[in-house]
Amino acid sequence: MKRAMKRALCIPAVLLLMTFPACVPASAAAEEEALDVKEFIAEHIGDSYEWSVVSDGDRHIAVPLPVILYSKATGWHLFSSSRLHHGTASCDGFEIAREGKYKGRIVETDAEGNLSRPLDLSLTKNAASLLFASLLTVLTVLGVARLLKRDPMRVRKGFAGMIEMLVVSIADGVIKPSIGKDYRRYTPYLLTVFFFIFANNLLGLIPVFPGGANVTGNIAVTLVLAVATFLTVNLTGTREYYREILWPDVPLWLKVPFPLMPLVEIVGMFTKPFALMIRLFANMMAGHSIVLGLTMLIFITAGMGMAINASMTLVSVIFTVFIDLLEFLIAYIQAYVFTLLSAIYIGLAREEPRDGRGKVRESGQAA
Amino acid sequence: MSSLLRPEPGLLFWMLFSFGITVFLLVKFGFPMILKAVEKRKNYIEESLLAARKAHGELAGIRETGEALLAGARREQADMLKEASLKRDMLIESARGEARLEAEKMIASARRQISAEKEEALRSIRNEAAVLSLALAERILRGKLGSEEEQAKLIGRLFDEMDASKP
Repeated sequence: MKRAMKRALCIPAVLLLMTFPACVPASAAAEEEALDVKEFIAEHIGDSYEWSVVSDGDRHIAVPLPVILYSKATGWHLFSSSRLHHGTASCDGFEIAREGKYKGRIVETDAEGNLSRPLDLSLTKNAASLLFASLLTVLTVLGVARLLKRDPMRVRKGFAGMIEMLVVSIADGVIKPSIGKDYRRYTPYLLTVFFFIFANNLLGLIPVFPGGANVTGNIAVTLVLAVATFLTVNLTGTREYYREILWPDVPLWLKVPFPLMPLVEIVGMFTKPFALMIRLFANMMAGHSIVLGLTMLIFITAGMGMAINASMTLVSVIFTVFIDLLEFLIAYIQAYVFTLLSAIYIGLAREEPRDGRGKVRESGQAA
Repeated sequence: MSSLLRPEPGLLFWMLFSFGITVFLLVKFGFPMILKAVEKRKNYIEESLLAARKAHGELAGIRETGEALLAGARREQADMLKEASLKRDMLIESARGEARLEAEKMIASARRQISAEKEEALRSIRNEAAVLSLALAERILRGKLGSEEEQAKLIGRLFDEMDASKP
């Protein structure tokens, strides 16, 4: 926790440092920048083709990332994002759209001047962050696993001990009671989901280069996670689970002329992972937006005089620290909730025929 | 903002790729090892606790049996001591009785011998005295019965005496 506090305190410090050089040209371009707040936040929580480190006016320092495109007309293309010059230049007929439907994405202009979107497999900021977080997760867990395998009887301290504690607390406190009998089969997968989300959430909280990407606040990422849960639940579901969906224990008129309850149950099969997807996405995106918005307070008030700007800067830093601490909590809670709910859905799908069915139903409704 | 809700195919691909590899590696080599190690340690601790408890119980049992043994030995010792003292007393008693008997026997035989010897001595003294008195009487008679008259007188008197003594 102490380390987390330190990291959280670093964020406003970095932001403060960034404020000073920005203040000088700010007064001149104050009005223009004030209008850009919404744009700025949208840009930061969205994806980009390069990993921006610092930008000040027209000067940009960014880590270039590979752009991988497949165009129906010209085939495969691979080039560095630095050749697009932060969206101001075009390369091989590809450029980043400034506005319209494909705003911020690479578009292709064909001979007749029509815009089209090529198949875009670029390693964007979010993709790179995903790979980085996955690498960190894999290295951490495999490292701890190797340590433990070498000497399982020694009780670990420090980082390995913390990871082990997390693993045990999630496995014994969340997965085991939620799934029940067959929990061993699903525990490694659910633990992976937990650590994957947690690592990405935490990395997103770090405002400087290897972090800061809004990965788990991106619908594509949460979509894959939700689909994985959906497949796990429905491919390993028992006969009893499918019987409850297609022929639930309700009065006959609710299912015979018109299959009302089976329809509701089938919709429920999809709404559960859908809710998982939206919950994680919305929570993480909102957190990033709030932090960015609070930070923007400094720049918005830059043109309103010294006193207002100074006091608002103080307010902004205090609030940002508070929200960052909250986000640290949310990073854990959202990973926890995703794992917990996935485990509960799996537990529901592992249902065996029995007399006291009421208990299982209740836990499903609570979710 | 609607672009936020539209999943990008590129990111979908990278997510599938990185998540897939992460799941494969961690499910295959990561978490099962950690869970196994933790389970192993848990079992080890449980076993150790059980063994410790069992050893404790055994120790208590051993102490109990030891105490019981000790108590039994003590009891036996007391019994043996009592028996030994009884036996000793009996032995002493019987020895004393035997000794007394023997002593009495010895005393009796000594007495008998003494009395026999006394008798013997008395007899010999008597014999001696008889011989002596005969000799004396002979001398006296020789002296006194120098004459025939006197001899006749004495014989007569002796006959009288004998008649008188004969009822």
